[in-house]
Amino acid sequence: MLLEVNNLAVSFGGVRALDLKHFSLEDKELRVIIGPNGAGKSTFMDILCGKTKPNTGEIRFNGKPTNGLTEVEIAKLGIGRKFQKPSVFPSLTVFDNMSIAAKMKKGVFTSLFFKASPAFTDKIHAMAKRVGLSNVLHQLAGSLSHGQKQWLEIAIVVLQDPRLLLIDEPAAGMSDKETEKTGELLLELSKQHGVIVIEHDMHFVKQIANKLVSVLVNGKLLMEGAFEEVRNDQRVIDCYLGRANAQLEILSV
Amino acid sequence: MQIKSPQLVNLLFILFFAAALPVGNMLGIVSINTISLWGRYFCFAIAALGIDLIWGFTGIMSMCQAFFFCLGGYCIGMHLLLTATAIQGQKLPDFMVWNNITSLPTFWEPFHGFVPTLLLCVVIPALIALIIGFFIFRSRIKGVYMAIITQALALGMYLLFLRNETKLGGTNGLTNFKTVLGYDLNASSVKLGLYLVSLAMLCLAYAGCRKIVESKFGKILQAIRDSESRVGYTSYRVLNYKLTVFVVAALLGGLAGMLYVPQTGIITPGRMSVTASVEMLMWVALGGRGKLKGAIIGTLLVNCLYSVCTSLFPEGWLFILGLLYVLTVLYFQKGFLGLFETMGNKIGTTLKRKPAGLNPTS
Repeated sequence: MLLEVNNLAVSFGGVRALDLKHFSLEDKELRVIIGPNGAGKSTFMDILCGKTKPNTGEIRFNGKPTNGLTEVEIAKLGIGRKFQKPSVFPSLTVFDNMSIAAKMKKGVFTSLFFKASPAFTDKIHAMAKRVGLSNVLHQLAGSLSHGQKQWLEIAIVVLQDPRLLLIDEPAAGMSDKETEKTGELLLELSKQHGVIVIEHDMHFVKQIANKLVSVLVNGKLLMEGAFEEVRNDQRVIDCYLGRANAQLEILSV
Repeated sequence: MQIKSPQLVNLLFILFFAAALPVGNMLGIVSINTISLWGRYFCFAIAALGIDLIWGFTGIMSMCQAFFFCLGGYCIGMHLLLTATAIQGQKLPDFMVWNNITSLPTFWEPFHGFVPTLLLCVVIPALIALIIGFFIFRSRIKGVYMAIITQALALGMYLLFLRNETKLGGTNGLTNFKTVLGYDLNASSVKLGLYLVSLAMLCLAYAGCRKIVESKFGKILQAIRDSESRVGYTSYRVLNYKLTVFVVAALLGGLAGMLYVPQTGIITPGRMSVTASVEMLMWVALGGRGKLKGAIIGTLLVNCLYSVCTSLFPEGWLFILGLLYVLTVLYFQKGFLGLFETMGNKIGTTLKRKPAGLNPTS
């Protein structure tokens, strides 16, 4: 198991945001997490990458507990996070964004005396090509479109060469074509990394969910299963897919 | 050989100050006081480079840079005062005698030697920045809280240096310096020498800062300014980076203070007041944040303006400074440098357009 989570719970001001009995992910598995707003999906990722501290519970990454580690230590262990709102460095060029992220020693002195080797530059160019940013490599990241920023952030995370990628709503704000391309990219990435994706767009989920989909509702794991199984589950339809109808029903009673 | 325009500007800058002004002085056009004044501006510009590194590039608003400047100043001041006392054949500086201090305080001892003093001028500010910075950055104090806490520190230190018990001359500070390395500080040639040393140090500091901001380290500083959390999730220890830049800024401040005091002949706690730090930030803001040249241009222009205005209408200076600041914030956020660049571009495009103007259809 790449990731194992047991009895994870966190509350914000008395509201139980997450109460996860068990969650596990195999190496090189792509898992999609779906659930209505406020289900605790992003909170779950925040805990995994060290942004939020859980109240109780145990996380084992690669067999090692990650409780109490800082985000830098967790990143070093090999967990990379892509945020819902693209988090890139707008005043640096796309190339610089990527070269900062690339895996290497990250101490102060290494950075002061760093010189990009041809192999290093090639690596950046290869990644830029993979995410379709080759022609904007020397533009400022701030000038990119929303979709391009999303890809840049994915590139930043992938360049760290993590064993587990946490991808939060990668397709938000993308056109259909861009979304499909993102899906292909994620499927390809899952051949080398473990990937957890949070997504709302059902077409996109259908495209990428090659194994299991986990459904979170009110901080709890409602069910896990293949995409078709999840889509046809009455509880999921009630809680999530048919949320609007369910609300209407309540109103009409 | 092709010279690019930025290099040309640098070259002109150095030529003007290193050759034209001293030659003008020899010919009797430029007074030695003017030269010395510019020497002091260069010192301010060195400190401003440090501020630009930490504020302009890293986005950390440190409001205690004048304190580091004064630390360097006080260190060299202690040395100069000790040599002056020795020349007069006294055992203790005058102010100590007046305060009934009978023997030299222990912390004054290392300042007898010239070389140890020079080292201490930069080591002490750097060390203090290291300690303060460690606790501030470890607690993840950011933004306006950083500004407030450093401002409080500046105020605290100002009050501490005001007291006679600190044994650093209290309100009057340190003054009555006579010589440096045996040369008379009042001699024109020494003043010119100090001016040239300041200019050389400014050029060196600029080159050093240039290297820093162009390195990957510099990119990471800007990345911290843009998105600190992302830098952390990319497995950089942000604390170390912030601490390094804070120490470098303090070091530049100390160096600047060290060069400043022999040229001014006095250092008082007034130089480290909160307003002094704020003024330093304004030089950088007015010159253009995040551009090293902006920090230098801002410092030189504002201080020049200060000298002119205070002699023409002494009451009006603060209003002028305030007006400039408001204009900068409202209309040219990129400061003087940004303004020059826009003007340069406009002139450039109009020059290019002129031939096209012959053809009305274009």
